[in-house]
Amino acid sequence: MIEVVGVNKHFGEAHVLRDINAKFSAGKVNLIIGASGSGKSVTAKCIVGLHEVDTGQILYDGRNFTEMERNDRKEIRKEIGMLFQGSALFDSLTVEQNVMFPLTMFTEMSREEMRERANFCLDRVNLNNKNHLLPAECSGGMQKRIGIARAIAMNPKYLFCDEPNSGLDPKTAIVIDNLIKEITYEYQMTTIVITHDMNSVIEIGDHIIFIHQGQKWWEGTKEEILKTDNQEINDFVYAADFMKEIKEMLGKH
Amino acid sequence: MKTITNIGKYFIMLRYVFSRPERFKIYKNRVFDEIEIIGLSSIPLVALLSGFMGAVMTLQTAANMDSPLLPIETIGYITRQTTILEFSPTVISLILAGKIGSNIASEVGTMRVTEQIDALEIMGVNSLGYLVLPKIIAGVLTFPFIIILSIATSLLGGLVAGVQSGLVTQEDYIKGLRYWFIPGDINYALVKAVVFAFIITSIASFYGYYTKGGALDVGKSSTQAVVFSSIAILVANFILTNLILL
Ligand SMILES: Nc1ncnc2c1ncn2[C@@H]1O[C@H](COP(=O)(O)OP(=O)(O)OP(=O)(O)O)[C@@H](O)[C@H]1O
Ligand SMILES: [Mg+2]
Repeated sequence: MIEVVGVNKHFGEAHVLRDINAKFSAGKVNLIIGASGSGKSVTAKCIVGLHEVDTGQILYDGRNFTEMERNDRKEIRKEIGMLFQGSALFDSLTVEQNVMFPLTMFTEMSREEMRERANFCLDRVNLNNKNHLLPAECSGGMQKRIGIARAIAMNPKYLFCDEPNSGLDPKTAIVIDNLIKEITYEYQMTTIVITHDMNSVIEIGDHIIFIHQGQKWWEGTKEEILKTDNQEINDFVYAADFMKEIKEMLGKH
Repeated sequence: MKTITNIGKYFIMLRYVFSRPERFKIYKNRVFDEIEIIGLSSIPLVALLSGFMGAVMTLQTAANMDSPLLPIETIGYITRQTTILEFSPTVISLILAGKIGSNIASEVGTMRVTEQIDALEIMGVNSLGYLVLPKIIAGVLTFPFIIILSIATSLLGGLVAGVQSGLVTQEDYIKGLRYWFIPGDINYALVKAVVFAFIITSIASFYGYYTKGGALDVGKSSTQAVVFSSIAILVANFILTNLILL
């Protein structure tokens, strides 16, 4: 479980996160949703410590991450897998080497075992026979999937995915959503997914946090989000026509 | 003011760079990769530059020797002294500050703006140690060889040009090269090579690592890396000359 307590974050004058409080439980897919620029990525980066928070605290299963020394933080980070919004693959390494990278750094596995593990992870994101390409030779969607494979390589306790299926075709997006759901339940991970894809929200949102202008505006489940009458949420959720239709259908029943 | 904060930040960075590596074997491989990028790839440029500069030095010296009182060996002697004391260690380092410095700053800067450095940190890797330390080690290990190579090609260039133009015979030139030779001068050149290698690799990494923004800023960092490592080389050169030669 990850707890966020009273987090504030400024960039210069801009007050980007305003007193965020949230609990993300293990074995659940937690979503952070919100409009572009609302502060979703910054929230995730504050939680993993890539941005220092101005005030407030982050707790990983009760361990106070905010107060930790650099070296203690490293131990927690070895339990974190993260997919970045821009994939952030190492561009001098091949696909396979990218996925193997955390294994080579932190495990005692033999080369063969690492390769096996890398192939297993790549297989789970539907990527076969691309092992020897460089990231620059892969499409954006492929890079996303490699990023996910790398994030899950170490079997993390905490998984962060920043827009895992933006830029993917609907079919692959569903594969990725299902993968995230499966591994979260299977390994009882604490998973935090940032998204603005309503399909994912309906598909995998066990617990949803809606961020609006740097504030936690609403939180609830996927069932609740379809029924709420909060104006900002409805503007966000029913921006697409097909969602309006769903709402009408729900209304009739 | 900004410069002073940057100097402070630079030394704090060095502390993290030299903290204990996670995986010795991986670092070793990284050092070999960097030796190739920083050292081997510079050889053709250095050889070409040094050969021509040595040739020009010899011709200039010969052409300017009007007085019959000066022995003909002076040509080889002056070419040698200029090459060993300043041209090879300092001028070549300044040129390499341009080539290697901009290369390092843009590589590391790109990794910063594409969040690759964040990805390393998230995994629990000490990104400064992983990225920067192998570059510094590779630079410090290869620069002395590069400078020796530069000295050799420069003196050879001088020989070829001198003999070709008929201004000096091979025997006289070589006699000049041997004249009043102080082995300490070579040590002086090598010490400078090591110091300048450290300056170039660490300052360029610094500007790359702390890049903020996007692709444009990577370009800026790369320029700053070249400018500031060149300035640092000149200052260090002045200090070292005072310390060692005087
Ligand atoms: N490194 C930074 N320096 C300054 N401001 C930043 C920085 N990172 C983010 N911001 C600002 O913080 C705000 C929130 O950004 P954030 O990246 O969290 O948005 P987001 O919700 O992830 O949007 P998107 O859906 O487009 O990815 C934005 O106004 C942005 O300009
Ligand atoms: Mg974002």
